[in-house]
Amino acid sequence: MSKPVIATASLAGCFGCHMSLLDIDERILGLIDLVEFNKSPIDDIKTFTKPVDVGLIEGGCCNSENVEVLRSFRKNCKVLVSVGECAIMGGLPAMRNGIPIRECLEEAYLNSPTVDPEDRLIPNDEDLPIILDKVYPCHEVVKIDHFLPGCPPSADLIWEAVTALVEGRPLQLTYDLIKFD
Amino acid sequence: MGRKITIEPVTRVEGHGKVTIRLDDAGKVTQSRFHVVEFRGFERFVQGRPYWEAPVLVQRLCGICPVSHHLAAAKAMDVIVGAGPGKLTATAEKMRRLMHYGQMLQSHALHFFYLSSPDFLLGMDADPAVRNIIGVAALNKDLAVQGVLLRKFGQEIILATAGKKIHGTGAVPGGINKNLSPEERDRFLKGAAPLNIDQMIEWSRAAVELFKDYHRKNKDMVDGFAEFPSNHLSLVRKDGALDFYHGVLRAVDAEGRKVLDDVDYQNYLEVIGEETRSWSYMKFPYLRSLGKTDGWYRVGPLARLNTCDYIPSPLAQKEFEVYKAYTDGKPNNMSLHTHWARLIELLHSAEVIKELLLDKDLQGAKLVKKGKKVAEGVGLIEAPRGTLFHHYRINDDDQITMANLIVSTTNNNEPMNRAVHWVAMNALSEKPEITEGMLNRVEVAIRAYDPCLSCATHAVGRMPLEVTLVDARGNVLQRKVR
Ligand code: SF4
Repeated sequence: MSKPVIATASLAGCFGCHMSLLDIDERILGLIDLVEFNKSPIDDIKTFTKPVDVGLIEGGCCNSENVEVLRSFRKNCKVLVSVGECAIMGGLPAMRNGIPIRECLEEAYLNSPTVDPEDRLIPNDEDLPIILDKVYPCHEVVKIDHFLPGCPPSADLIWEAVTALVEGRPLQLTYDLIKFD
Repeated sequence: MGRKITIEPVTRVEGHGKVTIRLDDAGKVTQSRFHVVEFRGFERFVQGRPYWEAPVLVQRLCGICPVSHHLAAAKAMDVIVGAGPGKLTATAEKMRRLMHYGQMLQSHALHFFYLSSPDFLLGMDADPAVRNIIGVAALNKDLAVQGVLLRKFGQEIILATAGKKIHGTGAVPGGINKNLSPEERDRFLKGAAPLNIDQMIEWSRAAVELFKDYHRKNKDMVDGFAEFPSNHLSLVRKDGALDFYHGVLRAVDAEGRKVLDDVDYQNYLEVIGEETRSWSYMKFPYLRSLGKTDGWYRVGPLARLNTCDYIPSPLAQKEFEVYKAYTDGKPNNMSLHTHWARLIELLHSAEVIKELLLDKDLQGAKLVKKGKKVAEGVGLIEAPRGTLFHHYRINDDDQITMANLIVSTTNNNEPMNRAVHWVAMNALSEKPEITEGMLNRVEVAIRAYDPCLSCATHAVGRMPLEVTLVDARGNVLQRKVR
């Protein structure tokens, strides 16, 4: 029987959730017996090479590319999981939601004390994706099946959830595993 | 008809960075760019927050080395609460050092064992499916286990000092919120094998040997790949020693002449400027004394071993002497030697951790100091990837009114662009056919700088790349994905 396939993505996140996944330490060496990490879903969203059993999403959506990637994950993953506060409710990046995006760009590029006045400009190029008005949690863009809280969720929580999902067990997340920070 | 090649490492999916290379009719490279496509707006949305929130907020910009942001912000806030450099209690300063050197250990171990050792052990052209820590395990189980446990040990140190492995809360303005209990100390010093500090020092030493051995067998490639002259910048201790937690700014040029020395970083605005370019959200820092064109510099392990005079721990100092002798004491400008420098730093971190664990000050009870409050503070630290700058101003209501950050990867912006350009000129120019070998080279060039934006994902896989060759009208001529 072929192994269950897992794919992961970091949208508007800090990679801390991915790091927490690595905090399963020695267990990572056994993980390969259990699952297959599909490399291709994370290299080109338009060419998922095979259906994925479990997709793990870190981060919410802050630009057009994030939305595109998330939609493609939904299309190709049987089960989609929001991992961490950013995916669940926007997290730290969503602190900009009450502020017009123009002000954020101006502060970073026009008011920076290290940039000389004659050098001040806001980056704008065809190779840069379009920034969204707000940072959106994943479930406002696509349907999400499970939510793992924490910033980041602990390695034990991620381990418990991933192994349960690939083995088809119901998720039994005990109280001590669930922390909001 | 000109053409454009787009290489998107981790982008399509990760949305953090990408490379574009433009060719003219003859297939000659006319331009290469490494873009950062992420924008957060932190500088603006942190305004109005109470100053003491900064150390816990700002680390959420980067979960790969959150301790660096946590401590750089805390150091800036120390200045604001009147407990700046030299004024913390011995317990607070040493707990923070332990936290930071624990992070150096975990981050450098992650980079070498999870990300780089697959290249060295399995080869650049190995099947992507096995070119990761799990593939390393299949080939050399012991080595993979060492890598995993070295990182774990560093993370456990962070847990004991910061309260959490990722995004901890240990450092507070003016100090720290806990000390190290004798039980915690003994676990690290004398824990059952292999999880104790002596074993970590031993494994770090072995890692340095592993790289030296690889270097002996692959000299031409390691020495010649993306080698280019540059300035180098870092903090050094007042006496010129390597120090990751605190020091004065020093920069040397490609020949080793000191361009900056003994600069108090509270005055960083006088010596560092930044340029913005329309095609990247990441700015381009430079040394003001040399100007925008010539003032760019490298940071990180390579730069640190070029700026410092010596390493204040015996085993790492020995390795440092061997390393320096290889370039006759001159600055090392070879991109791939960053791996060598990083492993010497790994060894140094393990030695410093042991020294700190043996220090009774860690069990002290005086944790926090306060003095006369001021409205502005700057905090710098040597993060795993290089110098990290935090600068804040506050108002009378203790709210942040201004934040300016220069993160390590930003300092390496121009060097990464140069490295990509080197590959473009040497591997691509006038060879318009896109090959797998070319993708590998671009990846290796970027990875030597260990930019935060790519290191996490390819921990279990290969850096995803997409190359598209497009003609002037936007028609796709060739596309290669892996
Ligand atoms: S939830 Fe926390 S750890 Fe995860 S990506 Fe967001 S900020 Fe980082």
